[in-house]
Amino acid sequence: MSHFFKDTEHLLRMAGLFAAGVVGFVVLRAIFVPAGFGELGHFRTGALADNQSRPLVFAGREACEECHDEVVALRKGGAHAGVGCEACHGALAAHAGDPATVQARRPDPKATCLICHLPNAAKPTSFPQVDPSEHGDGQACTSCHRPHNPKVQ
Amino acid sequence: METILQQVQGFMYPNEIELQWSILIVLYPFITGLVAGAFILASLEKVFRVEAVKPTYRLALLTALAFLLVAPLPLQLHLGHPERSLEMYLTPHTSSAMAMFGFVYLWYLMVVLVLEIWLDYREEIVLRARSSRGALRLLYRIMSLGVDNISPQSLKIDEKLARIITIIGVPSAFLLHGYVGFIFGSVKANPWWSTPLMPIVFLFSAMVSGIALVMLMYMVVSSWRRTGIDMRCLDTIARYLFYAFIIDFSLELLDLVHRIYEADESFKSLDFMVHTKLFTSQIVIQIVLGTLLPLGLLFLTQVARLSERARKTVYGTAGVLTMVGIFAMRWNVVIGGQLFSKSFLGYTTYKLDFATREGLLPAIVLMILPFVILALLVRLLPPWEPNDAGTKTTACP
Amino acid sequence: MPTTRRELLQKGSALLLLTGAAAAALEEVLAGTPEKAEGYRLQEHWWAMTIDIGACIGCGNCVRACKTENDVPREPYYFRTWVERYRVPEGDLEHPLVDSPNGGYDGFPELSQPDKGAKSFFVPKLCNHCAHSPCVQVCPVGATFESPDGVVLVDTTYCLGCRYCVQACPYGCRFIDPRSHTVNKCTLCYHRITRGLTTACCETCPTGARRLGDLKSPTDPIHEFLRTHTVHVLKPQMATGSKVYYAALDGSVR
Repeated sequence: MSHFFKDTEHLLRMAGLFAAGVVGFVVLRAIFVPAGFGELGHFRTGALADNQSRPLVFAGREACEECHDEVVALRKGGAHAGVGCEACHGALAAHAGDPATVQARRPDPKATCLICHLPNAAKPTSFPQVDPSEHGDGQACTSCHRPHNPKVQ
Repeated sequence: METILQQVQGFMYPNEIELQWSILIVLYPFITGLVAGAFILASLEKVFRVEAVKPTYRLALLTALAFLLVAPLPLQLHLGHPERSLEMYLTPHTSSAMAMFGFVYLWYLMVVLVLEIWLDYREEIVLRARSSRGALRLLYRIMSLGVDNISPQSLKIDEKLARIITIIGVPSAFLLHGYVGFIFGSVKANPWWSTPLMPIVFLFSAMVSGIALVMLMYMVVSSWRRTGIDMRCLDTIARYLFYAFIIDFSLELLDLVHRIYEADESFKSLDFMVHTKLFTSQIVIQIVLGTLLPLGLLFLTQVARLSERARKTVYGTAGVLTMVGIFAMRWNVVIGGQLFSKSFLGYTTYKLDFATREGLLPAIVLMILPFVILALLVRLLPPWEPNDAGTKTTACP
Repeated sequence: MPTTRRELLQKGSALLLLTGAAAAALEEVLAGTPEKAEGYRLQEHWWAMTIDIGACIGCGNCVRACKTENDVPREPYYFRTWVERYRVPEGDLEHPLVDSPNGGYDGFPELSQPDKGAKSFFVPKLCNHCAHSPCVQVCPVGATFESPDGVVLVDTTYCLGCRYCVQACPYGCRFIDPRSHTVNKCTLCYHRITRGLTTACCETCPTGARRLGDLKSPTDPIHEFLRTHTVHVLKPQMATGSKVYYAALDGSVR
């Protein structure tokens, strides 16, 4: 019987090595698996907060409406009532956060309008499209149209 | 990127234009395929008692080990954050075939390959531990786990255990390479990859490449050592290569015929790709030079009575062509699967750089590295007795 | 300045209480769950988006806004959202001509002449935030996941950059950020929607073609929209559970 153990000693030692490996793995896991992993699914819960904590670059129209009542009134019922402020004025979270120091820029009175209104066969036909060579005599669009309520009376 | 942009044909989703998986990801299945194939050839002797291939048993095992050690390297080079690769062991996502890789690899390396080699070589290891000096002696002593017992009873136990391990090893080898096929085959977004045949095709082409590799190595090594080649052994290996190749070819043909017949939404786009962008790599290299030609050559050796010298030439040629063909197959699957747009309306190009992290140079180095490791292993654990024709126990009858 | 011991005790305990409360609040903020920190409850939302093809004018505002809001690389060619233009020859749904010059970032150059009998339209694309996402399925480590409120997000501190998810996405919405070597994609402006704002793309869409929706909110207009429009998802045969609903989507769209 003792012969058996003598003849299998190398196997027992190898088995011991494997066992040590498994234990080592368990220890590694305990140390290195990040905190909060697996609570809500197979991911690190903190990743939700990571994704959530980016700074805002666009303010959102409600932020603009807090201060600019006169524009709100002007836009009411107009063709551009549904267009967000920053669609033309660009990203303004910085301005909304600190209106005194960060100025908003006035959009280009022609190029900005053409971004949407330049004719293109792929645009829906119901959408107003304007060929600048045939309309407006080369002037800026704002010569006749108020951007916040564009219909010419 | 700008150069690739200019070479886009038709329409591709913007994020598809640059290929995601490079030549390194072509290399990975090629290498694991060689491992699986070499191992299965080795197990032919142990499990299926095919005596004839015994001279290549140990060489096949060491070859498998050398390639398996290199296998994770192309992956590490490819990862955006290789330092995080431990995460696959810490938090493996069980729905991901790629996550399971870590464990399959570890299992195969430690439980199958290392154990089997260790059990087979243990007698020599202990003898060398006794007879060598210095650092080498320490190394052999560590490898023997400090046990000096090589009594016939202990060796008998070893042999029994080795046989069990080999039996476990065969399905493990299937798993090691089959899952690589599954990694591709389970991607429903990519019709070039998505087929249940993929793991099986990969596996059989792996066997073909692995058998071809061992066959070539046996021929090369025997010629270096100026020992004779056991022709019965070589003929048997070539015969198994032929059988495996027929199955592999049939499977790939089945895939092809099935695609052409069903002609689903992706067919026109893929067909065009094969005839243009993949013409050289698929039709010329993989199919004609890499499959039909070696199959024909091997068929010749099976039906015609050729001299020993002629057979050796044919085997050598067929072996090299086979290796090239199987590499081309991996290339066509991996790269081909990314050349066409998932909109089926366009194509891009693969720009292979030379001396970048995922370029041709690292790929070449990674292909040479296993042979370097093998040379070291052969030094440490010679697969043959000195001045012997090359079998562990007796020469081939 | 407290004069009596009683006042001292009162003010002192109030201070302690406040400090305790502040400490607790700080802990919640630092704990890193949006739910606790902002009064946002994950279980109360199930985010989706509707895109009305009949209203999209291909202005490219969404593409530019997204890149601005989310710091997406401008060069050479990475997009969290992009706009495709389709030109479908008469009666030939299977061979549309599609282009997306710089993803629609600079709008679309005018057609030299409209094709006879052809119809053309714009299709904005983005991550579909699939409920049965194939990209989440293949991630080996759990670096990409579906949040409990229905947004597919990436944990950039955990991503290996293996690119398997990029391969698995049927819609081509993922890319590898060359700066961080991790995967990047539309997050549905998670940092905005959890604060009651809408996504950057929806905010700047002048026609309301793109609209964020919360399927769990009973008053959200998305319910009415889904009821009154003919809606499709992209590649329905893939059964990804896509939550981006297209109204008036043509059969030629890939």
